[in-house]
Amino acid sequence: MRYNIYIYILVMATVTYLIRVLPLTVFKKKIKNKYILSFLHYVPYTCLSAMIVPAIFYSTSSLLSAVAGFCVAVILGYFKKGLVTVAVSASLAVFAVEMLIKFAF
Amino acid sequence: MKKDFLKGLRHSVPIAVGYFAVSFSFGILTAKYMKFGFSAVSSGILSLTNVTSAGQFAAVTAIVGGSGLVEMAILQFIINLRYALMGFSLNQKLPENMSLFQRSVIAFGNTDEIFAVAISDKYPLSFHYMLGLESLPIFGWTAGTVVGFLAGEILPKSVTTALGIALYGMLISIVMPVARQEKSVRTVVLISIALSCLFFYIPLLNVVNSGFAVVICTVLSSSFGAYFFPVKEEENEV
Repeated sequence: MRYNIYIYILVMATVTYLIRVLPLTVFKKKIKNKYILSFLHYVPYTCLSAMIVPAIFYSTSSLLSAVAGFCVAVILGYFKKGLVTVAVSASLAVFAVEMLIKFAF
Repeated sequence: MKKDFLKGLRHSVPIAVGYFAVSFSFGILTAKYMKFGFSAVSSGILSLTNVTSAGQFAAVTAIVGGSGLVEMAILQFIINLRYALMGFSLNQKLPENMSLFQRSVIAFGNTDEIFAVAISDKYPLSFHYMLGLESLPIFGWTAGTVVGFLAGEILPKSVTTALGIALYGMLISIVMPVARQEKSVRTVVLISIALSCLFFYIPLLNVVNSGFAVVICTVLSSSFGAYFFPVKEEENEV
């Protein structure tokens, strides 16, 4: 660890607040450039995906259980199931597979 | 005034419940990294002062990876830049004469979900309505983090491991429906995943701090999308 956690939090909170407050107070002009707008449209999805894969495969105690959880989440997400449903089902899949590994092998 | 505030509160209940669930798993995640300074208090303060899901999640990875402060600032800037876009849009719905102070207060809690609800309401949006709309979700987000952290400490390892994937599950449930619907989003998501795997598995590339790798993947794939699939005017309301 290079810095105290509260220094990180301070930096994060400051940057995030500035992003939120400036458009409402100082720069009130709407962005018109379609490339910038498109870029911002894609950011949430590309950012989340980069955070999910491949990290998710190492988020449990075995690759097998992580893959099971991942598949369950992707399938349920594809069928537009709600946030909590997807999360709980993925967790149950991981739990089930890890129990199976522990007791069956 | 009071009526507006209560109306905001009422509209925010589903958001607050959802936030509690997401931040609960965020708390479970931070409980794994106590040696990096995460505690029930610091995790709670992190959630209370930031109120971002993706930004905070990426920050945990970055902190654990020993990120520098400038790296952290850039990471948050890129991941949270979308809030500026929402701010520009929200601005159109605020009464012209709303004071600078009031604007500065409601800017704090402008998250994806709150923005979505606010923008769908009849405008102009009053200060008290926004205050009501934001307070409960911010509370839910913070409380969920603290409770999640404490749960992460007491629950058996088999349960916390299984819950560890919950956060990823939630993120997947945000991406999948849109990726299914829009071919352009599907394409940029696959590019981002491919880049992210390169940063993880390829020697030399995998020394890059994982938080910063997320920024590079995000910027490259989103730029590709912006250049090859510029969004049409009417889709711009994020």
